[in-house]
Amino acid sequence: MATWQLEREARDRRIRAGSAVARGKMVEAGDATRLLEAILRPGDRVCLEGDNQKQADLLSAALLAVDPAKVNNLHMVQSGVVLPEHLDLFERGVAKKLDYAYSGPQSARIATMLFGGKIELGAVHTYLELFARYFIDLTPNVALIAAVSADRDGNLYTGPNTEDTPTVVEATAFKDGIVVAQVNAIVDQVPRVDIPADRVHFVIATERPFFVEPLFTRDPAAITEGQILTAMLAIKGIYAPYGVERLNHGIGFSTAAIELLLPTFGEKLGLKGKIANRFALNPHPALIPAIESGWVTQIHSFGSEVGMEDYIRARSDIYFTGSDGSLRSNRALCQTAGLYACDMFIGSTLQIDLQGNSSTVTTSRIAGFGGAPNMGADARGRRHPSKAWLTAGQEAVAGGNALLRRGRKLVVQIGETFGENNVPLFVENLDALELAEKLKLDLAPVMIYGDDVTHIVTEEGIANLLLCRSSDEREQAIRGIAGYTDVGRRRDPKQVARLRERGVIRRPEDLGIDPLDADRNMLAARSIKDLVRWSGGLYVPPSQFRNW
Amino acid sequence: MEDLSLRHATREPAGGTEAIAIVGVVASGNLEVLVERVLTDRECLVEIRTTAHGFDDVWTAVVADFVERYSPGGLKFSINDGGARPDTVSLRLAQAVRLMERAR
Repeated sequence: MATWQLEREARDRRIRAGSAVARGKMVEAGDATRLLEAILRPGDRVCLEGDNQKQADLLSAALLAVDPAKVNNLHMVQSGVVLPEHLDLFERGVAKKLDYAYSGPQSARIATMLFGGKIELGAVHTYLELFARYFIDLTPNVALIAAVSADRDGNLYTGPNTEDTPTVVEATAFKDGIVVAQVNAIVDQVPRVDIPADRVHFVIATERPFFVEPLFTRDPAAITEGQILTAMLAIKGIYAPYGVERLNHGIGFSTAAIELLLPTFGEKLGLKGKIANRFALNPHPALIPAIESGWVTQIHSFGSEVGMEDYIRARSDIYFTGSDGSLRSNRALCQTAGLYACDMFIGSTLQIDLQGNSSTVTTSRIAGFGGAPNMGADARGRRHPSKAWLTAGQEAVAGGNALLRRGRKLVVQIGETFGENNVPLFVENLDALELAEKLKLDLAPVMIYGDDVTHIVTEEGIANLLLCRSSDEREQAIRGIAGYTDVGRRRDPKQVARLRERGVIRRPEDLGIDPLDADRNMLAARSIKDLVRWSGGLYVPPSQFRNW
Repeated sequence: MEDLSLRHATREPAGGTEAIAIVGVVASGNLEVLVERVLTDRECLVEIRTTAHGFDDVWTAVVADFVERYSPGGLKFSINDGGARPDTVSLRLAQAVRLMERAR
């Protein structure tokens, strides 16, 4: 007789084995490694929750301590490879294969280990892509997740940094997998139920709260005049003419400058209510002055930001909050929102080539993709119109029947021609190519493909790639705003002049902007302390951002 | 330290009557520009002292574009550079010209 419930039976056997070290669902922190040895099998697919911000740090330490004779060759399927322990697992032989999305702080070591054959790489994904594969071919057998608190039944409160947890649990718990949660506290009643108890099999209370990093705080004091100039160009040359209302901002200083110029420069241009009012965005502190000035209607977030908790709670008209009043974030849904419901992505990058391909890879680092490719890509399945989307579509394909013309998402790269340490933003060839050859990858890790990029903004002006009709035009448009970099100095001045006449390149003076007006006094807040003041004391910056 | 001296003929004299001005700061990634109205109407001199080596052709290009755009006749610029990026150099030079244009 055929058996159709082998997975369920296997799950139940794992739960019984784990129960030997638990009281009900509750496991002592000191028994975490024993629990993992009881429930894990060699070769299991394991999601060790490493999000962009929050980390299941106790569970990673516990997993690292297992006996490799019992638990080995695990296939790690997690969005963030962030903690050193995440890679130590491979050194010890506990884990063998890796599928992931982002490796920020471990980007140098992961490259070394891949090159040295210590890690068998599945693929590097975008967030949405990895989440999608959780439901098709990378479904975890065991998920090790992090939450703020649990009640005695195992209902979980994930707090403002819910992030990836609902997606990870959905894929694991509903496909006969095991969910283990580390929580900062066991309470009688959780403030709200983010994960229902019947999806959680074991709960471990930790002695110290899980690790959260403030990744999205940009100190206004560090914003340069060059960044202010690029921000002015973007607002007047892109936000205004396309009427961009729904958007996602990257995390660099140029977009922080835009956020801080809305209530000043944007106000002067009469753009309030016409641009930048709905965001898929983490709670950036730099957006506080725009929110307080009435620019912003609504924000949905991938995760939270340290120090913004009280402000968010007090501004529930703007943010998504739970019955307890605190932020509810959700990375998978916010990525979907950014992909389908936003008309623009604007962000910075490290390298742009002559066709507009961009990458944050350097030869020795693999930082992964995170979410930028989902934000910075045209959604081919989109069907609802908007002014910005239709205008961009019209520029890309002039002529034809307007009723049959696709719109286009605005994908804007913004940056200064020279980045930190005088490293040029523009290159003839991306370092990503060299890396792909070195590691024998099938694909070079390109963050945003050139054919998705619609505009590039530097202090030299705006290149509108939608209006380019050949790869040669594209190349000269990019060279034309590449300033004194080698790429810029190899421009064809005549062709660049013609592109400027056609409005493909627009210089600051073409937009009525005097570079000498790019002054720090234009920023609505010039320091973290100014942001605290704007928030009425509700924003409580982490200590590394305080100098008072 | 590296020293560079770039001399240009200009189309016309710089505006204003200010005799001397100073802009910027000597700091890493920044620069200080001292500008003096000490030359004849149709000449301009830019003297650079920089901590960064090997950027002569970038300096030459930045200064040539600046002279073409602002025609700063009569002005001598003394730059003390802390490794500023070309866009910062252009901005400081333009700011220096604007300061010289002030009425006394």
